Amino acid sequence: MRLAEIRNTQRDLHYFQLRLGVAGVVVLCAFTVLFARFFYLQVIQHKYYDTKAEDNRISILPIPPNRGLILDRNGVVLARNYSAYTLELTLSKIADLEGTIDALAAIVDIQPRDRRRFQRLREESKGRDTLAIRTRLTDEEVAKLAVNRYRFPGVDIKGRLFRQYPLGEVASHVVGYLGRIDDRDLERIDDTDESPNYKGTDHIGKTGLEQSYEHELHGTTGFEQVETDAGGRIVPGRSVRTLAPRTAPAPGNNLALTLDIRLQEAAERAFGENRGALVAIEPSTGGILAFVSQPGYDPNFFIDGIDPVNWDALNNSPDKPLNNRALNGLYPPGSTFKPFMALAALELGKRTPSQTIFDPGYFMFGNNRFRDDKAGGHGYVDMYKSIVESCDTYYYMLANDLGIDAMARFIGQFGFGARTGIDIEGEAAGVLPSPEWKMKRFKKPEQQRWYPGETISIGIGQGYNSYTPLQLAQAVAAIANDGVIYRPHFVNYVENPKTGERSYTEPQAMKTIALKDRNLEVIKRAMVGVNKEGTGARAFAGAGYTSAGKTGTAQVIALKQNEKYSDATVAEHFRDHALFIAFAPVESPKIALAVIVENAGFGARAAAPVARKVLDYYLLGKRIDKPAEPAPALKGEDGDD
Amino acid sequence: MIKRLFERLTSNIDGPLFAIVCGLLAIGFATLYSAAYQAPGRVSAQALNVLLALALMWIAAQIPPQTFMRWAIPAFLAVLLMLVGVALFGDVRNGARRWLPLGFGSVQPSELMKLAMPLMLARYFHRHEQTLRLREYAFAVLLLAVPTAMIARQPDLGTALLVAAAGFYVIFLAGLSWKIIAGGSAAVLASLPILWGVLHDYQRRRFLTLIDPSSDPLGAGYHIIQSTIAVGSGGITGKGWLEGTQTHLEFIPERATDFIFAVYSEEFGLLGNSLLLILYLAFIMRGLMIAANGPTFFTRLLAGSITLTFFTYTVVNMGMVSGLLPVVGVPLPLISYGGTSLVTLFISMGMLMSINHHRTLVQS
Repeated sequence: MRLAEIRNTQRDLHYFQLRLGVAGVVVLCAFTVLFARFFYLQVIQHKYYDTKAEDNRISILPIPPNRGLILDRNGVVLARNYSAYTLELTLSKIADLEGTIDALAAIVDIQPRDRRRFQRLREESKGRDTLAIRTRLTDEEVAKLAVNRYRFPGVDIKGRLFRQYPLGEVASHVVGYLGRIDDRDLERIDDTDESPNYKGTDHIGKTGLEQSYEHELHGTTGFEQVETDAGGRIVPGRSVRTLAPRTAPAPGNNLALTLDIRLQEAAERAFGENRGALVAIEPSTGGILAFVSQPGYDPNFFIDGIDPVNWDALNNSPDKPLNNRALNGLYPPGSTFKPFMALAALELGKRTPSQTIFDPGYFMFGNNRFRDDKAGGHGYVDMYKSIVESCDTYYYMLANDLGIDAMARFIGQFGFGARTGIDIEGEAAGVLPSPEWKMKRFKKPEQQRWYPGETISIGIGQGYNSYTPLQLAQAVAAIANDGVIYRPHFVNYVENPKTGERSYTEPQAMKTIALKDRNLEVIKRAMVGVNKEGTGARAFAGAGYTSAGKTGTAQVIALKQNEKYSDATVAEHFRDHALFIAFAPVESPKIALAVIVENAGFGARAAAPVARKVLDYYLLGKRIDKPAEPAPALKGEDGDD
Repeated sequence: MIKRLFERLTSNIDGPLFAIVCGLLAIGFATLYSAAYQAPGRVSAQALNVLLALALMWIAAQIPPQTFMRWAIPAFLAVLLMLVGVALFGDVRNGARRWLPLGFGSVQPSELMKLAMPLMLARYFHRHEQTLRLREYAFAVLLLAVPTAMIARQPDLGTALLVAAAGFYVIFLAGLSWKIIAGGSAAVLASLPILWGVLHDYQRRRFLTLIDPSSDPLGAGYHIIQSTIAVGSGGITGKGWLEGTQTHLEFIPERATDFIFAVYSEEFGLLGNSLLLILYLAFIMRGLMIAANGPTFFTRLLAGSITLTFFTYTVVNMGMVSGLLPVVGVPLPLISYGGTSLVTLFISMGMLMSINHHRTLVQS
């Protein structure tokens, strides 16, 4: 029994040790599996996981480039950058936003305007967590905030670059302005694969050259690697592992314009309180010398996001200051159309310069009487007199003789009714009336039909005619330049600020209109006559240079037959627009321009003096210090304008 | 004189086992220093924990195995009672009811069950050594199942798993027939769908995310994804001590406790992992040797169970961190920060040493 027990125990011990052995094998197997797993992760898949870990750790921090400057032809700065401190709130870290702003207002100056602007920013930029409540902090404010910063989690002072337009309203429509990038801009950026370059950029050109030359001005964003922790926060100080060196940003290119900002300023001042537009071109290159749309606005308002009160004031003003009249305002050319019509008559052989017609003060077409503005008519009228005195009847007849198709074909060569291709966005095309245009424009058959009577009023620049001041100026420049049209442009050259390398806008002759010199001579001589002895004579009396011009008056409302127009009886916004086109000096034109003064009545009275001042300034260097006063009403002045 | 005192103090301490433990502790402190870089207090707190645990190990090593056997039943009943107490009026922390408030502090009875369970079962099988029939095994399974279920319900899956493992190893080593093991395994597999229904939502998610961590990269899958990246990015030699980016940029959650292996693995790579595996393997082999040489059935079962439970800790933890096993709250023994499991681990190591020291005393 005892022996059996011992043997039993012995057997049990062996049996137990067998079990232990099994367990030991299981342990070895398990550890082998673990080792295999480590080997798989750390050797075979090491690259993959290493990349993952680096992606976890490294964030790419964009370094936005300095935006290029915009300078006028003499190097005057129109748009520049300055760095300033902003007070920024990170919404997700602030529990009581109103309370925080109130508390901050006790330390720095926060106006109701700032609060409104901040509110607007919040609405417009959903998804952005950090927004500025104040910009351009003074040194004193920065110091005060720095001391109190511990009290305000989620409130930061950041140094940022801001755009500034030192001349304010001057040339505001040309330069344009920057604004915060919105959803539409983002789409455009994505479409052009520019997204990486806009990381870190808050603002983008919204209008004018700032918009059109965005790709030149913006520059190339630099990048810097930083380590971020699992919460996405940048870890300050020494990095856990090494980082790639930083890529420096390349600043944007500077724009040097053909625009002469002093001329521009003079031209704007010449408008006084009037609304209107002026475009002055250098005929031999197409370079824009002045580009006025009045009233203007201060583009500086837009940079930080305009506050709603100012926005409403600009946007809802009946004067429409945001509208770029020179670029997309459409006006009938009125009598400034006549030199082009006369040239058509000569070129197409419908008139000779000396051929006269008799003007009884009206032109009968069927049963319709087309009225000349001069009571009793101009009597016997040749081509010279038709332009100098601006005789309507001459052109009613001429239009009838030419026919609408030939007219549209010839006039169209000067660029009327087509975009000029100027280097700024938002240009309007205008309307060069023709039967084809009417077919396209209207849907109903009775509207599509061309009535012969319509041809007649088109002959004096009325009817469906509607062109931009830019087109009109380009057409004048074409006459001044003997038929050669250069593409109008603002930018003379683009300069790389680092290398100083310049790329010039080569004057590009878009087309040369085949015109006979002697025909051009007739027209130029007549236009000189306008300023010497005709409708522009009063405005150009005593000018120290030779000039060619033509007055015009564009009807805003259609007059009924035999109805006489009178300033006094018509509400201001329905009064006629005053126009004037000119170029000078006649022998070798340096400047060609078109002026429109809205609702100002006769071109001779309101538009020609503006043109005179601009030409004086440009050609003689005369300063214009006082706003132009409207000339006294001229009684019994020759001409219809 | 001093030499004799030293000998007297260390006579019960197993040299090889203690050397291995010291090696593991050194690795543990180095890793903890890196993992707890923004909470340096943890290193000294852990040092205190280790000192306390070493003292308890020394005490346990002085106690003869017969005494453990005598305490087995009262200890088991006491811990079982405490588990009932937890279920009735335990403290809820982090959504689990694990802690029993006592006058002087609070304890985790589930942790004590890791010791009480193998003691109880080894004692039970020792008592019935000559008459082991199916009935005895069935009763042992019942003894195991009740506390395990109670712990799992707290919920504390990790501890339940370790308690179940500790008990199962005793039953297995006691000679449960292979047929029954095979049958039982089949039954467990068959009842998996039922078990699935009993699991908490977060537990189920852990299993699902193990299969496809990317299905929930910010939620339950986040731990696994980030720890796997840490291990994989460590490469062969590791990124170097204190240079782990996943660790120092806080991508690894629980990096001082359950996921500390990710920290170690990232900074020391495959070479470091191999060293760790070798140390653990040495520990386990030494433990199995002690078990094989145990003087009585009780001591053999106890030593075997303690050693294999230690093995379970290591495999479950490293498997979890490297994305092989689901996320279960099991610390990496001797490396993870935390006092509770350290104490039970060291007491069980003391028991191992006691068994080793008394292997001849009893037999003679």
